[in-house]
This record gives sequence, structure tokens and C-alpha cells, in this order.
Amino acid sequence: MSLDLPLIWAGVIAAAVLLYVLLDGFDLGVGILFPFAGSKARRDVMMDSIAPVWDGNETWLVLGGGGLFAAFPGAYAVVGPALYLPLIAMLLGLILRGVAFEFRLRGRRRGKAFWTVAFAGGSLVAAFAQGCVLGGFIQGINVRDGAFAGGPFDWLSPYSLTAGAGVVAGYALLGAAWLMWRTEGELHALARRWALIAGAAVAVLLAAVSIATLYVDPRAAARWGFEGGGFDFARLAPRLIVPALGAAGLALAGWGLGRNSHHLPFVGAMLLFFSGYLGLAVSFFPYVAPYSLTIWQAASADNALGLMLVGVAILLPLILGYTVWVYWLFRGKVSGDAGYH
Amino acid sequence: MDTDALLLSRLQFAFTIAFHIIFPSFTIGLASFLAVLEGLWLATRNVAFKTLYLFWLKVFAISFGMGVVTGVVMSYELGTNWSAFSKAASPVIGPLLAFEVLTAFFLEASFLGVMLFGWRKVGPGLHFAATAIVAVGTLISAFWIISANSWMQHPVGFAQAADGSLRAVDWLEVIFSPTFPARLAHMVLAAYLTTALVVGAASAWRLLRSPGEAESRLALRMAVGMFAITAPLQLLVGDHSGRMLAVTQPAKLAAIEAFWETRARQDFHVAAWPDRAIEGNRWELSIPEVGSLITTGNYDAELKGLKAFAPADRPPVFIVFWAFRVMVGLGLAMIGLGLWGAWLIWRNRLEQTRPFLLACVAMGPMGFVAVICGWIVAEVGRQPWVIYGIMRTSEGVSPVAAGAVSASLLAFLVIYALIFGAGVLYILRLLAEGPVAGSREAPPPEPRAPGSALAAAPDDPDPEAAP
Repeated sequence: MSLDLPLIWAGVIAAAVLLYVLLDGFDLGVGILFPFAGSKARRDVMMDSIAPVWDGNETWLVLGGGGLFAAFPGAYAVVGPALYLPLIAMLLGLILRGVAFEFRLRGRRRGKAFWTVAFAGGSLVAAFAQGCVLGGFIQGINVRDGAFAGGPFDWLSPYSLTAGAGVVAGYALLGAAWLMWRTEGELHALARRWALIAGAAVAVLLAAVSIATLYVDPRAAARWGFEGGGFDFARLAPRLIVPALGAAGLALAGWGLGRNSHHLPFVGAMLLFFSGYLGLAVSFFPYVAPYSLTIWQAASADNALGLMLVGVAILLPLILGYTVWVYWLFRGKVSGDAGYH
Repeated sequence: MDTDALLLSRLQFAFTIAFHIIFPSFTIGLASFLAVLEGLWLATRNVAFKTLYLFWLKVFAISFGMGVVTGVVMSYELGTNWSAFSKAASPVIGPLLAFEVLTAFFLEASFLGVMLFGWRKVGPGLHFAATAIVAVGTLISAFWIISANSWMQHPVGFAQAADGSLRAVDWLEVIFSPTFPARLAHMVLAAYLTTALVVGAASAWRLLRSPGEAESRLALRMAVGMFAITAPLQLLVGDHSGRMLAVTQPAKLAAIEAFWETRARQDFHVAAWPDRAIEGNRWELSIPEVGSLITTGNYDAELKGLKAFAPADRPPVFIVFWAFRVMVGLGLAMIGLGLWGAWLIWRNRLEQTRPFLLACVAMGPMGFVAVICGWIVAEVGRQPWVIYGIMRTSEGVSPVAAGAVSASLLAFLVIYALIFGAGVLYILRLLAEGPVAGSREAPPPEPRAPGSALAAAPDDPDPEAAP
């Protein structure tokens, strides 16, 4: 059989993780922005705008994790122990903010206040931890005989902490842009200001992380033309499309903010994330744990990959179909001030 | 890897999965109950069904959310704490878990949004379809996870290479392993039973306070009907499941019954204090010679005792023995409650019989206790194996530091205690309000979904809750 199943599965999981980052990114971002809303009424609208879809968004994370388990057990078995602490922190953050959707409605005075804090704090912790996971992953994992062979704090470095901050800023931008699109009036104006601030922070942090990656990982640097102190523009040139795409996304978001467009900033922010994601692919393909395990080394048995591919081919279009339908169903502005005169 | 990390990882997994299973075993049943309620409302236009639907939908929303977030944990914990197991088992059970995500999780998560917030956005038929899809999704999810668990309990349809790696040979055999049908039936019945007991308890509680409440009378009758039928069925299915153990997992059976010697006509121990240190029971209350009959249906059957297994291959006995007895004892109590309720319905005295209503309230949480006990019997009884006969639990653990696992275990304990306390409080508050008050929303200034933040806010019982 000529199908390169691990390659196809790498594509499927990469797509799932990208969708996760874009979709849960904006609803985690809404949580990160929660403390700045200034009133309960605004926070209610913010939460209403994501309440019908957050659960579906988070399911892409389960597909990412479950898919890694099922398709690349070699990588799943290395990444889990190596990034143990940030992964657990992410899960705990997701728990607190996930239950807050219902608990905040049910709580009375103190309960409501507590779950408001838990929603914001949980979203922040989950986003920051995801950035640390990303940073720790890029730094490389100490693998011996196919198993993790390092310590519990291997992931912790200025680099991974910067990546954490970058993801927080990025999600805040997605969240602010989402709110610009889905709300109106005062909250829309507030979201515009948040998008400006978050956008500036993302531009700085993304550039910092990208440049730091070249120092952290010489092999990634080589792919971008920086090798042994030398520089090869011919190698960089075709890959300039990636930072160009990021700059275009940022420009689109900025332009949209300038003319107070309701949806362009969201499109621009997603483009920006997409470029960052492409950058990772250029730097690390075909490694599923950077520079220690390739997708072919980490892949599961062919018959397992084949069986699942049949399932994915049938089910994924269906899932995407009803996901789009649910978003379409809950389209339009979430009106804010109703009920609070 | 060290032994502390192993013990802590086992504690953490046992705690997080026992906590998680509480919610699916409630929401599987509740989703089906909601589908029935909405279907009956559409068919009969009896407003009581709609009131009950909107009321239990709120309880469902709280429990489902808790099930989702504690379930996400499981999909990562296999990697963080059981990486060696994951690597070995993935080529066989990986696709089963992947199919659970693809066929169930997305379905449930997406249509839950429509179910909770789409009341005024879609027509009644489509809304009912969303409820039914969520209900089917919960059952599909149970199908895959029990399939994976059944394979770990009794692995078939695979081959092991020289380097120890596993590979599926026959997928149908892997998915439909011999013990799977009985396990799935046992789990789904347990979920229905658990839900029926909660609905019964909540309705009985309301009737004790306001005897005339029509919705609670209706819900109580539905609940009694449900557990009167499912409790005896559960006994049959559980017995069938137990009988297979004599063939598939004799060590587990020996632990369940605290059999130490291998013999025909085992004594049946009603109660005992089994002790691994003395390889026997410190004391026992037994009925001579009927143990083989009760466990296999054959008076003369020879059953293996724990001494037939090397000490390193024996499961913990005390906890398995007693978890089994608590589960069966509660099951018998449920059957008794069902018979009593059926008799009272027949005599038309259900709502007036206070002792029965009190008994219903007392039995409300017992489904959860029985589910957790059953889970302990199945999982602790499988020890020391994680994949029965193939891989030991100690071989499956991740190379993580004990300190990291103690930190995470502590964090899980604190956070889970917090969300459990709050979740139970909010659910009990709703149940105490009852279906009529609990399902009511302030008339929204514009079409707005029941259960949405703004719809509920003006209803807030605490006057200080206003912004």
C-alpha cells in the first residue's frame, strides 16, 4: 500500500490542534479579558457569546490528545511525562473555567463572585500552561530508548515562559476580536481597545519567541537559513511567506480596528495564528517531538492508523458540518443591555 | 520510575476516574430521561412534561459540564501518568478511544449547545432531535469506553511481537470482546438505575413538602416504573457478568468471594475479614457448601481459591470483597424499593405513603455508591494487571517524579472537592426548588434561551445578587 499513513495522520492531528487553538483560543481569550469588563452585565454578555459553543471548541483538544494517543503513541508517551506539570496545570485551569459556565449562573452573591474569578483565572492558567507546553515542546525533550529521561522542570525556561505569555496575549487578541464581532455598543468599543493592546503585545511577543526559537534550536534556525553563524538567504526566501502571512494578519487586524470593522480583526487574528502555526511546521516537520522522534518513529501500527483513517474520512466532514451549523444557528450580535435597565 | 510515583499515580488515577464516573453514570440516564420527557411533551402536549423537561435540563447542564471537564483530564492522564501503558496498548485500543471522540464527544458537545440555548432558535422537532442526539451520543460514548475497558479486562484478537509490542489482529474481536456485551449492559443499566433513583428521590422530597405537586407525582411514577424494571434486570445482567469471571478472571472471582482454597462446593461468605497476610479470613460468616452454586449456578463446580495464584498475582482481597457486597446489597435494596413502589402504584397509594417517600429520598444517592463500588470490583479486582495477563500496572507507569505526582494529586483533591461541593450544592438547591419554580424563567424582554445567563439572572433568589 502506498499511503503514507503517519504523514496523513500528522496532517489530521495538526489540523485538529490548529482548530482547537483558533476556536478554544477565542473563548479562553474571553475568559482572560473577563477581569477588565468592569460590570456584571458586560461579563454576562461575554459569557453568553461563547456559552453555546465552548464545549464543542474544547472537544478539539480531546481529539488532539486522544488522536496523539491513538496515532502517535510514541510521542504521546514522551510528551505526557516531559510536560507533566504544565499539562496538569492546563487541565486544572480548564476544569475551573469549564464548570464556571453553569456555576456562575447558579451561585448567589459570593458564589457568583467566586466563579467569575475562577472563570478568568482558569482561562488564564490554561492559556499560559498551553504556551509553556508549546515552549517546552520546541526546546526539545530528553528522550532515551523511546522514553522520557529528564526531570519535572525541564520545560521551565525564560523561553517557555515567554511562549506562555505569547499564547495568553494571542488568545486575548482572538477573544477581543470575537467580542468585537459578536457584541455591540459599549462592550464592542471596550473590546476594540482590548484588541489594540493585545494585538501590540502579540506582535512583540510573537517576534520575540520566533527570534528566540532560532537561538534555542539551531536545527530550526538552519531551516530558516541561519547556520553556524552564517546566513543563507536562498534558503530563507521561499519561507518568508510565513512571516509575511503573519504580518498580513496583523495588518488586517490593525486596519480592521482602524475602520472599526466588526469581523476583520477576527479574520486577521486567525491569520496571525495560522502563520505562527505554519512557522512551527516549517521548523519541526517531520518531528512529532522536536528532533528526537519523527512521525514515522512515533506512529502506531499501520492497521490501527488505517482503521481510524476510514473513520476520520467519514466522520470529520460530518463533525465539521454540524459544527458550522451550530455556529450559524447562534450567529449575530449577542445583545447586551437587555434586561439590565 | 520509583514505587512512590507508581503508588501516587494509581491513587490519582483511581481518584480522578472514580470522580469522573459519577457524572456520566448520571448524565447517560438523564439524557435518555430528557429525550423521553420532550418526546412525551410533543406527543401529548401535557405541559407537565415540558415543565419537567426544562427543570431536569438545568440539572443536566450542571452535571454534564462537570462530566466534560473531568473527562478531558482522563484523555491526558493516560499520557502524563501511564505513558508506558499508552505506548503498549495504543495500537489496539487507541482506535476505540479515537472513535469515542469522533462518534460521541463532538456530537454531545455540539448538540448540547442547541439543547441548552436553542429552545427559541429552532423548532420543537429540531430541538427534540438535538436532545435525542445528545442522549444517543452518551450511549455511543459508553459503548466505546466500555469496549476498551473490556479488552483490558479480557484481551483477545491481538498478537504480541517479540519486542513486547501489541498489535490488533481482528478488530471485531477487539471491539466486541467476549465480556463486552454484558459489561456494556451492566453499565448502561447502572446509569439508568442511578438516574431513576435521583429523579425518584427529588420527586419524593418535593411530595413530602407539597403533596399535591402534579409534576412531582408524574416524575415519581416514571422513576419508580424505571427502577422497578431495571433493578431486577441489573441483578440478572450482573450475575451473568459474574459467572464469566470463573473462566476469564478466576483470581478476581476468588477475591470477590474471599475463596482461598481451590475446591468444589465452596462455602459462601456473607461477611468476612479476608487478610492477605495470613492467606485466609480472620473471621467469616458463611453458609456452607453453597458458594459454588451461588457464583456459578453449579453446586459441584470446582472454583479456584487465591492460593492457586502466586502472591504477586493476587488482587487486593478486602476492598474487592466488601465493594462487591456493598454493591449487591444496594442492588437488592433497589429491587425491594421497586417492588414496594410497584405495589403502591397498583394500590394507588404511592404519593400518600410517607415511609416509601422517605425510603426513596434515602436511596437517592445509592446508585452512585453502587456504581463506584462496581468500578472498584472491576478495576481493583483486575490488579496487579493493567492489561489482564499481559501487562502489570507497575509496568505501565510513566517515568515521572514522585514529587510532581504528589503535587498534582493534591491539586486534583482540592479542586475536585471544590467543584464537587459547589456542584452538589447547586443541584440540591434546584431540586429543593422543585420542577415548577425551578423551571420558571423571568419573562425575557426578547427571545432568550432558558438556561442562558441573562434569562436566569433576574430569577436570582438572593436580592443582593443584583449588580
